[in-house]
Amino acid sequence: MPRRWTQISSLLFLISALAACGRLLNRGVQAHTEKPFPRQLSAWRLFNLRAGKLVPNRGVVPYDLNTPLFSDYAGKYRFVWMPPGASAQYRDDGPFDFPVGTVLAKTFAFPVDGSAVQKLIETRLLVHAASGWTPLLYIWDNKQRDATLQLVPDPVAVKWTDSSGRRHEFTYVIPNVNECHECHDNQKVFLPIGPKARNLNKDYAYAEGSENQLAHWARVGYLWGLPVPAARPRAAKWDDPATGSLAERAAAYLDNNCAHCHQPGGQAGYTGVDFRLTQTEIAREGLCKSPNSAGDVGSLRYDLVPGRPEESILIYRLESTAPKTSMPALSRDVVHVEGVALLKEWIASLPGGCKND
Amino acid sequence: MTNPQPSARVPRSSPLLREVGSCCLLIAALLLLSSCTKPVDFQKSLQEKLINAKSGDVIDLPEGKFHLDRTLSLTVNGVTIRGKGMDKTILSFAGQKTGAQGMLIKANDFVIEDVAIEDTAGDALTIQDASNITVRRVRVEWTRGPNTANGPYGIYPVSCKNLLVEDSVAKGAADAGIYVGQSENVVLRRNRVEQNVDGFEIENTENVDAYENVSTHNTGGMGVFNLPNLPRQGGRHVRVYNNQLVDNNTPNFAPKSLGPIYYLPTGTGMYIMAIRDVEVFNNKIQNNNTVNIYIINYHTGVDETSLRDTAASPITQQVFAPDDKRYDPFVRDVYLHDNDISGGGQSPDSRVDGVKMLAAALGGKLPDILYDGVVDRGWGKGPNPGQVCLSNNGAAGFLNFDAGGEMKHPVHDLKRYACSLPALTAIAIPQAGGK
Repeated sequence: MPRRWTQISSLLFLISALAACGRLLNRGVQAHTEKPFPRQLSAWRLFNLRAGKLVPNRGVVPYDLNTPLFSDYAGKYRFVWMPPGASAQYRDDGPFDFPVGTVLAKTFAFPVDGSAVQKLIETRLLVHAASGWTPLLYIWDNKQRDATLQLVPDPVAVKWTDSSGRRHEFTYVIPNVNECHECHDNQKVFLPIGPKARNLNKDYAYAEGSENQLAHWARVGYLWGLPVPAARPRAAKWDDPATGSLAERAAAYLDNNCAHCHQPGGQAGYTGVDFRLTQTEIAREGLCKSPNSAGDVGSLRYDLVPGRPEESILIYRLESTAPKTSMPALSRDVVHVEGVALLKEWIASLPGGCKND
Repeated sequence: MTNPQPSARVPRSSPLLREVGSCCLLIAALLLLSSCTKPVDFQKSLQEKLINAKSGDVIDLPEGKFHLDRTLSLTVNGVTIRGKGMDKTILSFAGQKTGAQGMLIKANDFVIEDVAIEDTAGDALTIQDASNITVRRVRVEWTRGPNTANGPYGIYPVSCKNLLVEDSVAKGAADAGIYVGQSENVVLRRNRVEQNVDGFEIENTENVDAYENVSTHNTGGMGVFNLPNLPRQGGRHVRVYNNQLVDNNTPNFAPKSLGPIYYLPTGTGMYIMAIRDVEVFNNKIQNNNTVNIYIINYHTGVDETSLRDTAASPITQQVFAPDDKRYDPFVRDVYLHDNDISGGGQSPDSRVDGVKMLAAALGGKLPDILYDGVVDRGWGKGPNPGQVCLSNNGAAGFLNFDAGGEMKHPVHDLKRYACSLPALTAIAIPQAGGK
């Protein structure tokens, strides 16, 4: 009996030791789909930081967007991971239908003067938990070793000089967990914003070579239901005239910078203004429309006055950083000069005028 | 014998004094420490508490003035925020950097009490889409006094059910001090509102009791009305009693961009617009320089010609939106009785064209009670088809200025309106002691 007991216990020990080794050796992504979520970003094993670059773990796919949300000129590094065997259902419009367990990671970084390396500020995870999409904010430490989970991150002082010699010096405000909902909620349901077909439909320079992102996702098993290439929508790149007309690029910019709130069911749905790319009526983009919310509009009268960017509230609010005036209302601390220039050019190109001008 | 060791020398003071001294030092250090606490720490820890809160939690706020520069938000049901008093726990948003509101509440079963919210960039306390809400002994204020750049609304519940606002104070709002919109089952009691453009606004809201409030030194004391093109229509059943709506003569300081409120005549005691089932009794409504009580249909109250000139109005778009088929622009079934009404209309606001015209026609002054007399043709041709009943309101002067008939048949005689309507039932909500 004692001997047999010893045998069993050593066998059990061996098994558990092997399992531990297996876990140690198999350093795949460690997903969490319910609370408590890890305090450290490293516990997810999504990527490693090597020489200032985020190197994705096995199964973690980098991606970018045709026209992204402007975030104070921050560099943004996006990754997606899905549980083995799971894949997202393709959608023509709106974000894909991602499986439970999906992790979307977006890391925000700013250049460091005199260095090729960017300083990582924060990594936002959207985790498709069993209870729905959950935002997690991980804030990088100064030594850039790891990032720590926070509910209400402190603002960060940012200073850098861009390649044209322009100095950027401002306080970068990181949204808190409640504020995540302001942009991501539609009819009280939290959804990702960026990963839509039209925004992902572009080539990406993967480590193993360049490939269309939608095709890549389908090939690695992350996407099903992808239609033939000709049937896939594609948004213009806001700053690349080769990818679309002035109007198309302006529409793509408004889609990704404004439409998360300005669409039916969004935080600013009540304004009646709808900036989705799939919504093509210019009247619904505020043409000759007086606003019906109480934000500051200066002495201006209409959201959008054709031919007159300087009389359009749309431009006035994009050019401000004051709390009652600035749009988007969250997560924009500096003016996107080039984005505003695009919209000004577009409005200036529009024919006609408003009544009582 | 002298002590040979200098190091052992101690100051000549008694142990008691030493203790007192070190105690003072400790207190001084603590004071220094507390005065040095970074504002962001308070804000951050409070916002974290609001995010981490569980239903049933009470979040106690200490005494002191705390500077915040960012909207606080709550989405967890069943939370109470409790300070030490509206003059003791002060959340100051002066110089606010992020977000326009002070607090943004999207949670049911919420209580906030004994706290002040000051100098927010936009609205002070916004409560949206929520049930069972209590706002008690809360002060919202723009401390520089009336100013066009102040936030529009002080206490600002929208789309709420079972709402109690009591013993609170609102000052300086560029639209309304205490507003309630698109809500049902509301009790507003014992509040004091001063130096706002509108003291109270009850908009598109059903089943309201407003009593024992004081509304004074605003541009207007109280508005009870419906507006078109808001998701919720059909506000009605409003009881206003035992209130004081007096001396509301602060020059209108609403920015033009806020629309109709910009045209609220300075010196309006109370306006009742485009609504039915309103009972106003036992109030003191006095010395409002344009008019003490203004009973009107929508088209008299909202001057669309003027609105065409507003830079950008929250309501302009609604006004000119395609007709809202659900909207009833008429006012009817209003019962004003047993009020102490006097001293109104002595110096009407000539800034507003309609008022100027009317005052000119009447020799420069207006009566206490003005009724536009506009009725729906379908109501028949009786002497008082709108059922506006006025009885026992002291020596209040009255005029139906026949807005619909181009003022050709004005009626001064109160007897035509000497009727009564059944008393409206009281509003019962659990947190106000009702069932």
